Amino acid sequence: MIQVKNVSKIYETGEVETKALDNVSFNINDGEFVAIMGPSGSGKSTLMHILGALDTPTSGTYILDGKKLENLNDDELADIRNRKIGFIFQAFNLLPRTTALKNVMIPMMYAGVPKKERLKVAQKYLEMVGLSDRMLHTSNQLSGGQQQRVAIARALVLSPSIILADEPTGNIASTQAEEIMAIFQKLNKKGHTILMITHEPDIAEHAKRIIHLRDGKLVEDGNGHKQKIAAVKSKVI
Amino acid sequence: MEYQEIVEEAFATLSLNKLRTGLAMLGIIIGIGSVIALMALGQGSQKAVANQIQSLGANLLTISPASQRGGFVQGGAGSASTLTYADALAIENSSEIVNVERVSPEFSRRAQVTTGGKNTNTQIAGVTPNYSVVRKVEVSAGNFITDRDVSSQTKVAVLGPQVVSDLFGDNATPIGQSIRIQGQSFRVVGVTVSKGGSGFQNQDDVIYIPLTTAQKSLFGSTSLSSISVEAKSEDVMVAAQDEIGYLLLSRHKLSDPAQADFSIFSQNDILSTASSVTGTFTTLLSGIAAISLIVGGIGIMNIMLVTVTERTREIGLRKALGAKKAVIITQFLVEAIILTLVGGLVGMVLGIGASYIIAKIISLPFAISFISILLAVSVSGGIGIVFGFYPAKKASNLQPIEALRYE
Repeated sequence: MIQVKNVSKIYETGEVETKALDNVSFNINDGEFVAIMGPSGSGKSTLMHILGALDTPTSGTYILDGKKLENLNDDELADIRNRKIGFIFQAFNLLPRTTALKNVMIPMMYAGVPKKERLKVAQKYLEMVGLSDRMLHTSNQLSGGQQQRVAIARALVLSPSIILADEPTGNIASTQAEEIMAIFQKLNKKGHTILMITHEPDIAEHAKRIIHLRDGKLVEDGNGHKQKIAAVKSKVI
Repeated sequence: MEYQEIVEEAFATLSLNKLRTGLAMLGIIIGIGSVIALMALGQGSQKAVANQIQSLGANLLTISPASQRGGFVQGGAGSASTLTYADALAIENSSEIVNVERVSPEFSRRAQVTTGGKNTNTQIAGVTPNYSVVRKVEVSAGNFITDRDVSSQTKVAVLGPQVVSDLFGDNATPIGQSIRIQGQSFRVVGVTVSKGGSGFQNQDDVIYIPLTTAQKSLFGSTSLSSISVEAKSEDVMVAAQDEIGYLLLSRHKLSDPAQADFSIFSQNDILSTASSVTGTFTTLLSGIAAISLIVGGIGIMNIMLVTVTERTREIGLRKALGAKKAVIITQFLVEAIILTLVGGLVGMVLGIGASYIIAKIISLPFAISFISILLAVSVSGGIGIVFGFYPAKKASNLQPIEALRYE
């Protein structure tokens, strides 16, 4: 259960204040599949980073499964990032010059999973994202789409209850995008909460709920109406 | 994470970027190696100076006649003719003297020496066979002055290598040939081994002849220019000095030691004078070593700061994936320790090797002190660890997203 109450994030660069998030509030229940949409600069990524416990809000409260994150120390937050949240970065953020397999094993290493099991689980998830023949390629030997899929496998290995994805299909072909959406659907059916940022209405269509952001404000919180998606589609086109 | 795994992870990360690791290690290698080599050279030269002085023997006492007192004119030290062969024999044979091993009386004067068409002006030293033992003079060819030579005043000469090359040319073997000292003919019976040294104390530019020959036949003198005494050991130097002092005072019928017409000094006295000179030398070399330690340290600091700061993004990513602060700090600390340890070892080996080679080339004694190694390794290693660790700690305190955004 994600509860966001009056969250604001203000960046100060010298004299200029930028409000990346402006008093945003919403709840997300366990097992929801939510898409976050909005033009660039609307605060989507900032929101995602706060939800992923990678960043802290300037004001407001973020409660995850009944715990106020502002009250947790660094190591407790690390644990939450490790076990509860699987984060898929827009820029993949793989360790350079490191094999896909090793990249996928890192979260398990920090979780204290025994070595042998790490290897098995990592192989399983890399197979799932269709990279069984690329496991020993280093990240710089992989294409953008392949790196994206390694990042997805890495986010999933500890089967976190919440998966946060920042433009998970932004760098891959549409057929592969459908495959990834199928994975997300499957995970969602198993009970994982999924939040993803996307600007593609086709992809957003997979979600049951769409949150729209504009200039850091929550402007629309639709509960999966096909009509609304259609309306958005027509706007974009 | 277990410690073993952190170490494995550190090795894996270090081997990932070989250039970066190599550069960091090079900084440490050069830092430690240069400091060790420099300090070794400094200590080698110091040892060389001490060796040269002590090559005469640490248990050597030299008795010289004091300056001549009386009248209006005071001569320089050693100008008086107060020491005699009888004094030397008394020191050797007196029952009151127990701490003396050998006595070597000497009468020296400069004289003109000729042979064939060549001539030179050199030191003529009238000595007894003991001289070669007490002053550690060895012959490379022929033999030294013998007791028979002394007792029968034979006209034989043992030449220093400098004299040989002056009179006969380099690498000549003049044994059996004759030379003329102040017009008198001497037969060459030996050549001494080169002892080095230069200036007015050149121990190679000297001709040894029997003491009696020098005193009676050549210079017509009854006095000695000095008596060298070898004490039984270094520990009894002071006792030997006292015994000789009392004996000579009573033989010269003097009651007040302040009026002594001779002086006794040890190699240690010379050494302590010389050590004030080498002290300046040592200060200079420690200064250079300190500077190279600072330069090496700054080099290590820079490379560690750069390599760790460059990895701020990696630290952000590891935190984002659930690494706790302590794990990240330990990983970077272990990496820094591995770097400085391996670099330190290589630097140590290279530093010792380099100083060995340099010492061989410029023929200095090879001296490595444990302190210099300890200092170089601890200072450089300390800097490497601190500056490998500090930026990592700073980065691990950042929000993961800030570290990930770091450019």
